[in-house]
Amino acid sequence: MVVRGNLAKAFELTNTQVFRRAALPKSYTDRLGRKLFLFLLTIQGLAAFALITLGVILKKSGVAHSVMQPRVRHEINRAGVSLMPMFIFVALALGFLVIGQTVSALAKVGATNYLGSTMVVVIVRELGPLLTAVLVLARVGTANVIELGTARALGEVEALEALGIDPVHYLIVPRVIGMALGVFALTIYLILGALGSGYLWAFLQDVPLRPGDYFKQIAEALDWLDFVLLALKTVAFGFFIALVTCYHGLAQPLRLEDVSRVAVRAVTQGVVVCVLIDAVFIVLYLVA
Amino acid sequence: MSETKPHPAVIEMCGAQIAALRDASLTVLEDVNWSVLPGEFWVVAGPQHSGKSDLLLHAAGLLTPAAGICRVFGRETGAFGEAQLADRLRVGFVFADGKLFNQLSIAENVALPLRYQKNLTAAEADRAVEILLELLELTPFADVAPAHLAANWRRRAALARALMLQPELLLLDNPLGGLDGRHRQWLLQFLDQLWRGHEFFGGRPMTLVATAGDLRAWQNSKRQFAVLDDKTFSVLGSWADVEANRHHAVSELLAEPAATHI
Repeated sequence: MVVRGNLAKAFELTNTQVFRRAALPKSYTDRLGRKLFLFLLTIQGLAAFALITLGVILKKSGVAHSVMQPRVRHEINRAGVSLMPMFIFVALALGFLVIGQTVSALAKVGATNYLGSTMVVVIVRELGPLLTAVLVLARVGTANVIELGTARALGEVEALEALGIDPVHYLIVPRVIGMALGVFALTIYLILGALGSGYLWAFLQDVPLRPGDYFKQIAEALDWLDFVLLALKTVAFGFFIALVTCYHGLAQPLRLEDVSRVAVRAVTQGVVVCVLIDAVFIVLYLVA
Repeated sequence: MSETKPHPAVIEMCGAQIAALRDASLTVLEDVNWSVLPGEFWVVAGPQHSGKSDLLLHAAGLLTPAAGICRVFGRETGAFGEAQLADRLRVGFVFADGKLFNQLSIAENVALPLRYQKNLTAAEADRAVEILLELLELTPFADVAPAHLAANWRRRAALARALMLQPELLLLDNPLGGLDGRHRQWLLQFLDQLWRGHEFFGGRPMTLVATAGDLRAWQNSKRQFAVLDDKTFSVLGSWADVEANRHHAVSELLAEPAATHI
């Protein structure tokens, strides 16, 4: 049945256990081959899972919205609003540690003209989105794997299917939407906070730079493409972090003792996925 | 002369090969031939790990047999899709351990299928939930989390959740397992009321299938019995047929548990 089919299809495409258990001669080439094969299978599984999730998002956008809307709101709160205190702290720290020192160093060598473009490349394009993604992965992504892995191990997925509820729709879609919006919003706050606190740090160090000049330089260095790609990049970060963590928590039948091992694997793969997405966007910036 | 239309079987299995939920490559029952007619009350008994839960999951259309045919309400379970959701919702399923959602309260658990399938807000579903909770004596536990509830009541809450959409076929996986005497008695009476037609469900008789690890509690001349043993599904018939059966598996399921000496 389709209700069950969504997860079953993902599992069929992602069943790497067979390959993990298979005995191999202890040669480096065989081990390397197995690793490569598992890597390709994981990519295939993630791609299949992403397509299935996208399909469910599009096909069931209007289904049971009185149940789903509160769930989406809850996930936005979890992956966004409730992380604000931590992000305010990180924004202040980032401003003090990186931006303040950069402003101070540029001022010493009389290169404050490069301030705007430096800030845009370092904070807006790279550090802001990537740091946000990694922090959300650590705080919310890990919780996702543990929650979903435990739900899977306790048979809650079967219980949903028995009630005619698609587990992908009920469990994954709110997390994907919540995390995509959460990472987007938190990145904006982190960038604004870091730029503000960075100037504050420079001001405290008596750097001869007026706030008007500082923010004017940054605004002039920003391009419309920065806004478009920043939005796309942060939404992609959130979408794929949610996918990787949900995929590991839910797509394969688990036992309770597997949950911690799977959580570690999901976080590692999440970091790799974020770096890969970042690399794709660097290419886009260079091409555009 | 008007011709009476034969009732299609509610569950029909022909040569079905039942695979385990946890390992699809493992066959737990072979060549299952079984037909459940509307209004019947079946008890399928077998020892632990004989495939009772897997058989029930197949009968609910949640798993597809590795070979053979399994039909629920005349439709092959492999063909159950979104378009057939209405048929799917005619089946209620109660898991052996309840499988309630721990992050929801008992009332929210019971309301979930109704709210999701009918797109109702919590307030809109409140009345139906209240009535069902009252019927199953769960009102005092409405706001309690499942983890804080005794196993006896958790089972009852799982039954309430399965009944929320008023199914025509109710499948219960080992419903008496681990229940104390009082809850056991209450459940047997309640299932009998459902089978005869409970007023909450408009007096419509319900088809029931329950699995059991012990046949004695289910003694009733109106019920149908089947037994699982050594990967084989055997229909026994009525209680009289069960008592007349001399098969060792049946004798074991009828035997008093051995007294334990400390």
